[in-house]
Amino acid sequence: MSDYLLILIATALVNNFVLVKFLGLCPIMGVSKKVDTAVGMSLATAFVLTLTAIMSYLVNTYLLIPLGLEYLRIIAFILLIAGVVQLTEMVLNKTNPLLYQVLGIYLPLITSNCAVLGLALLNVQAQHSFIGAIVYGLGTAAGFGLVLILFAALRERLVAADVPLPFRGSAIALVTVGLMALAFMGFAGLIKG
Amino acid sequence: MTANILIAIFTFALLALLLGSALCFAAKRLKGDRNALVEQINAILPQTQCGQCDYAGCRPYAAAIAQGEAINKCPPGGEATIQALANLLEQEAVPLNTEHGTHEAPQVVIIREDDCIGCTLCIQACPVDAIVGTAKQMHTVITDACTGCKLCLPPCPVDCIDLTQRVAA
Repeated sequence: MSDYLLILIATALVNNFVLVKFLGLCPIMGVSKKVDTAVGMSLATAFVLTLTAIMSYLVNTYLLIPLGLEYLRIIAFILLIAGVVQLTEMVLNKTNPLLYQVLGIYLPLITSNCAVLGLALLNVQAQHSFIGAIVYGLGTAAGFGLVLILFAALRERLVAADVPLPFRGSAIALVTVGLMALAFMGFAGLIKG
Repeated sequence: MTANILIAIFTFALLALLLGSALCFAAKRLKGDRNALVEQINAILPQTQCGQCDYAGCRPYAAAIAQGEAINKCPPGGEATIQALANLLEQEAVPLNTEHGTHEAPQVVIIREDDCIGCTLCIQACPVDAIVGTAKQMHTVITDACTGCKLCLPPCPVDCIDLTQRVAA
């Protein structure tokens, strides 16, 4: 049990996908202008991440390894991710068409969010158990959501701030992400090893 | 070697087939309700069916807004409608586009029944069926149903239709 808790905290904070591993920066920059949108995007991505963690584990363990097809892992995972994102799109379109419209292109782009493929591949690399893989997915989703929502909240404040002209727009956003990444480095001391 | 390739191809074909059929099934079950947003927008529009936005009525305009049309083309709704639409769609509220007309207090039309010749032209023009009457008979307006869209004014050959302020019920 404490192992799983460790995985959860390790992925959400210490090895945060966005700020420590620098995966999935596209939606972080793209969908962080409003907190509401960021929350929607976090939930959609969390859904994809968790489902991908489960499915990639199953496909890898019961299909690729027995058949000796590990060398096709990336293609298989991309196929899975694309399918899961399609499903997410349908679910979102049904449950919240407004959010579907607001997220726009960033929703299908979850497919190419490297955090998702990274999660599937790192899961294999770390040789997690089935539950471990799910927890890893959940932790990643929590970490991604945390950073995205925090960053969106910061950016909402930034709009009102008097930013020097050369720094306006993406520049100050990137500086902000960099500072957040520095802050997240502080979590590295949380767990030994 | 050949066997390996065949296994790989077969496995991936199977995987793709499984995913495809799962998605197909999901698509049937979760038929995307694009109309839900149109309904929400339509509920905000004033339903005058006046056509001042250059669409045939409020619902076609709602559908156009859902596709990205500007939200400031509805004079009868005025600033209040634009604000409500901006909130719903998370856009900036913009001033009314006066090319489509200016905002006025709600109005209704009244037919001067002595002058009506019973030509039925206004009945055909009315988008909300608020005018009753038949050929060569005097027509009249159902005030509760009238939206004040003014579409019946131009067709009337004897100009017997007057605009008045809607009296609050």
